[in-house]
Amino acid sequence: MPSPYLSIENLTQRYPDGQGGEMTVFENASFGVEKGEFVVILGHSGCGKSTIMNILAGLAAPTSGVVKMDGFAVSGPSLDRGVVFQNYSLLPWLSALRNVTFGVAARHRDWTKAQVIEESRKYLAMVGLEGDTIHRKPSQLSGGMRQRVSIARAFANHPKLLLLDEPFGALDALTRGTIQDELLKIWSGTEQTVFMITHDIDEAILLADRILLMSNGPFARVAESVEITIPRPRNRTDIVEHPNYYPIRNHLVQFLGQRSREMAGTPQDGTGPTRPETVRIDKTAEPEPEPAARLRAVND
Amino acid sequence: MFDTLSLNARAAILSLLILVVGLLAWEVSIPAQKVAGELTEYELLTGGGAQKAGVPPPSAIAVKAWEELSNPFYDAGPNDKGIGIQIAYSIYRVLAGYAMAAAIAIPLGFLIGMSPVAYKAFNPFIQVLRPISPLAWMPLALFIIQDSEASAIFVIFICSIWPMLINTAFGVAGVREDWVNVARTHELGALQTAFRVILPAAAPTIVTGMRISIGIAWLVIVAAEMLVGGTGIGYYVWNEWNNLDLTSVIFSILMIGVVGMLLDLAFGRLQRAVAFAE
Repeated sequence: MPSPYLSIENLTQRYPDGQGGEMTVFENASFGVEKGEFVVILGHSGCGKSTIMNILAGLAAPTSGVVKMDGFAVSGPSLDRGVVFQNYSLLPWLSALRNVTFGVAARHRDWTKAQVIEESRKYLAMVGLEGDTIHRKPSQLSGGMRQRVSIARAFANHPKLLLLDEPFGALDALTRGTIQDELLKIWSGTEQTVFMITHDIDEAILLADRILLMSNGPFARVAESVEITIPRPRNRTDIVEHPNYYPIRNHLVQFLGQRSREMAGTPQDGTGPTRPETVRIDKTAEPEPEPAARLRAVND
Repeated sequence: MFDTLSLNARAAILSLLILVVGLLAWEVSIPAQKVAGELTEYELLTGGGAQKAGVPPPSAIAVKAWEELSNPFYDAGPNDKGIGIQIAYSIYRVLAGYAMAAAIAIPLGFLIGMSPVAYKAFNPFIQVLRPISPLAWMPLALFIIQDSEASAIFVIFICSIWPMLINTAFGVAGVREDWVNVARTHELGALQTAFRVILPAAAPTIVTGMRISIGIAWLVIVAAEMLVGGTGIGYYVWNEWNNLDLTSVIFSILMIGVVGMLLDLAFGRLQRAVAFAE
């Protein structure tokens, strides 16, 4: 089996627990992400999702384990791994446009100023920011607009891997919906590999090709990899009609509500599988005429 | 009618009122000199007719100010120079000492702010040196430098370095980790990160330190020039005191205030230019 585009191998993170001992946040986390795939990681707070994100970004180093991208181990931050943080990823003294040119100029050091500005405007327009708005400072923009600017900056850099750390966590539900749609639209045109953290199950189903489920810490692990068997292009009002939607959603709720807790706190014995178990739920494959008809309606 | 005016207009009217009332009260509180004709023979014999030194009324100061400001740059020898020349000397000394202080304090503050070890290591020295009155350095400076002009500049240097150093270190140390991470994920080098992320992020704190420093420097230059003599607004005040010309003393006090205000205003502008809201 060829190794995936992004391969996370036996990642372990321990912190001193303040009493002379050690606390293991997660242990032997191993999973892969294919090129062009949109992978979402779901889990409760404290399971180490953000730590995994920081390790992938190169901003933190794991206690042990390696991250390989395109066959090479990664160390330190790089333009190849773009990050959108929940907050504060914009520089508040620069306008929206300057925040994007900051990224574009860092990526294309040989470009002229005009080229950089043109490219930046293009990506801002993609997230619906045009006109005077792009000359405003982040403090003069709404939370949704700020996150749009962050997304524009990340996409404009064409990173090999785009990391989204709860990018919509601080937004109200309506704004979140609009920006999710915009993210899907941009993503579908770029073949961008995306790794995203979220708390929101519906957001995960809407966006992901695959959802990784993390059990609670300590000794958290990536327990399951759930395939989202709902065809693209997806749209928030239509996917709930899909026969696979609620079975998948119920599975995720079950996991987060119950099984993630049951798995917590137990160190692995070292003999079991370190890879997450693949779960595929597909009701459309069953020979029932009715769901098949509904599927067709969705595809129209 | 007063209520319908804007806040600024009302404040301006009130300011003007305070000024007029204050000046009038000052003017009438100065007793008029007795005219020689009204004196008794005994008073005349004991010198009572001679002009007494007294606090001049505002009208006399206004006349003096007009006289001085209409020809600020005349130079009639070492003890008779225009107010413009005196102020120019003082500003030159302040800016020279201040520029040297900034050239050292800002880069050094940057390094101290970047490194927690340096922060702790430098802190005791800064805490001891900072509260020393800058004039206390004067004898040492005069002995070592052997030049009064340079010693005055050194005193300005030593008094304006601390607020800039402390604020720069504090501002740099407090730069949000997330912003530094933005620089890191964009593969900015150390120098690029310093100039494009840390400097703008710390700029409001740094400029606040610079503003405090220029204020202190302008306070200290008057005292320093009284000591070293020769030229400058501080020397001018002291010289006019020796001449018992209180009109000139009060006029130059006002000029010190005006120049200080202008310096502060300039840094206030700079502060607004680098400010940002999170």
